[in-house]
Amino acid sequence: MPTKGAKPDSKKGTPPVQVQSLSKSFGNQVVLKEISLEVGPGETLAVLGRSGTGKSVLLKLIIGLHKPESGSIRVNGEDVTKLKMKELNEVRKKVGFLFQQAALYDSLTIEENVGFPLRRHFSMSDEESRKRVRELLASVGMEKDAHKLPGELSGGMQKRVGLARALALEPDIMLFDEPTAGLDPITAAEIDDLILRLQKERHMSSVVVTHDIHSARAVSDRVALMRDGQLLIEGTFEDLQKSRDPFVMRFLDGS
Amino acid sequence: MPYSDTLLDQTKALAAILAWLVKLFEWFGNLALFCGRLIRSAVLPPYEIREFVHQFDELGSKSLPLVALAGAATGVVLTLSTRDSLIRFGAKSFLPAVVIFSIIKESGPIITALVVSGRAAAGIGAELGAMKVTEQVDAMEASAVDPYKFLVATRVLACMLMLPLLTLVADFFGILMGWLANTAAEPISLQLFIHAGFKNVTFNDFLPATLKTIVFGLLIGVISCFQGMNARGGTQGVERAATNSVVLASLLIILADVLLVRLILVFFS
Repeated sequence: MPTKGAKPDSKKGTPPVQVQSLSKSFGNQVVLKEISLEVGPGETLAVLGRSGTGKSVLLKLIIGLHKPESGSIRVNGEDVTKLKMKELNEVRKKVGFLFQQAALYDSLTIEENVGFPLRRHFSMSDEESRKRVRELLASVGMEKDAHKLPGELSGGMQKRVGLARALALEPDIMLFDEPTAGLDPITAAEIDDLILRLQKERHMSSVVVTHDIHSARAVSDRVALMRDGQLLIEGTFEDLQKSRDPFVMRFLDGS
Repeated sequence: MPYSDTLLDQTKALAAILAWLVKLFEWFGNLALFCGRLIRSAVLPPYEIREFVHQFDELGSKSLPLVALAGAATGVVLTLSTRDSLIRFGAKSFLPAVVIFSIIKESGPIITALVVSGRAAAGIGAELGAMKVTEQVDAMEASAVDPYKFLVATRVLACMLMLPLLTLVADFFGILMGWLANTAAEPISLQLFIHAGFKNVTFNDFLPATLKTIVFGLLIGVISCFQGMNARGGTQGVERAATNSVVLASLLIILADVLLVRLILVFFS
C-alpha cells in the first residue's frame, strides 16, 4: 500500500481507475467538464467539492450507471464507456459501491441484503452463503442485527451494512459516495476508521466522494477539489493547504 | 384585440401543442426502449426463477380476495338487472345463459383486469418508484445484477400468467353468486343453472376471452414497471408513478379490450 501522498506509479502497471477528459451533461445542464484523474493500486483518492458539483455523478460514471458525453473511463484497464452489458457486469463485480444513503433493499433483512450479490454471482450452498454473510457483517460490527430490516437501523448502521454488501464480491476497487454525510461526528469518525481498517486489510484502491474535509483527510492519500464540474486542484492535503486560490482557501476554512 | 396579440397567442398555443407532441413522442420512444431492454432481459439467461415464483405468489395471493369479491358482486348485479329485463320480454329461461355468457366472455376478464390494475399496478409502480428514488435500483445494477431481469421481467411475466388464473376465479365466483342471486328470487338447482347456462358455450367462447387477459397482464406489468423505473423526485415521484400506473394501465386495458373483442369476433366466431 502506498504511503499517504504517493502518486500513482505507472511503472507498477495500469492504474485501477483512469478517467480522461470526461464530460457529462443532463439536458442543458453541464455536470462534468473535461475531468481527468487517476487512482493508483491501493491508493485512496478523495474527491471534494460543494454539493451539486457532480461528484456523485463521477462515481456513477466510473461504475457505468451513466454514460458520458465524451471522454474515457478505464477500470482495471477496461474502458467502461465502450463495454457491452455482460462485460460491464464483469467489471462491476470487481468494484464495490457504498451509496450515500446506503441504498439497502428495504424489503430484505440485513442478512439478505449482504447475501444478495453473493447468491447471484457465486454458486455456494445456503450454509456457505450464511457463513460468508456473517463474516462480512462481523467485519463491520453488525453481526447482531442480521435479522433486522434496514428501516430499523440508524444511518450509521445502514452505512456499515452497505459497506458489508459492497465488500461481498471482494472488490479490488471501492467507491464511496459521501460515506459520512448525515452522520454525527462520532459515528462519522467510526465510519472513517472502518474504511481505513478495511483498506489496510484488503489493499483496495478507493475513490471517496465527500464534502467532509475531516473525513477526506482521515481516509485519503490524495485529494482532488472540484468546482462547477471541473477539477480545480489535485494533490496531497498539504498541497491544498498551501494553495492561495480563494475558493480552495474558503473551502478549507469553511470546514 | 389587436392583430399582433392574437398572432402572439396563436403562436404560443402552437408552441405548447408542439412541446406536448414532442413529450408524447419522447414518452413512446422511452417506452419502446424499455420494452426492448425488457424483452432482452426476459429472453436471455440466467433466469430469475425464484424471484418470478415469489412475484407470482405475491400477485396471486394479494389480488385473489379482491378479484373473488369483484367477480361475485358482478355476478349478483348482472343476475338482478338481467332478470328484471328478461322478465319484461318474457325470456326469463335465458337468464343462466345470459349471465354465464356475459361473465365468461366479458365481465370476468375485464373486471379482473381492472381490479388487478388498481391493486397490482399501483403496488408495482410505487415499489419500483421507491427503489428508484432511493438508489436501490442503482445499487442492484452496481452489484452486476440486471434490474430489468430481476425486478421488471419477473413482475411482467407474473402479471401475464396470473391474470388468466385470476379471471377463472372471477368467473367462478360470478357464476356462483349469479346462481345464488337468482335462487333468492326463484329457487333453481345449481346443476340446472349450470346446465342451462353452459349448454351452448363452446371453447371459442371461453378460451380466447380468458386468454386475452394475458395482454391485460402485459399492459399492467409493462406500464407499472415503466412508471416505477422512471420515477424521479422523492416521494412525489413515487406517488406520481403509482397514480400514473393505475390510470394508464386501466385506460390501456379498456382500449385494448375494444381491439381484442373485435379480433376475437373476427377469428373465433
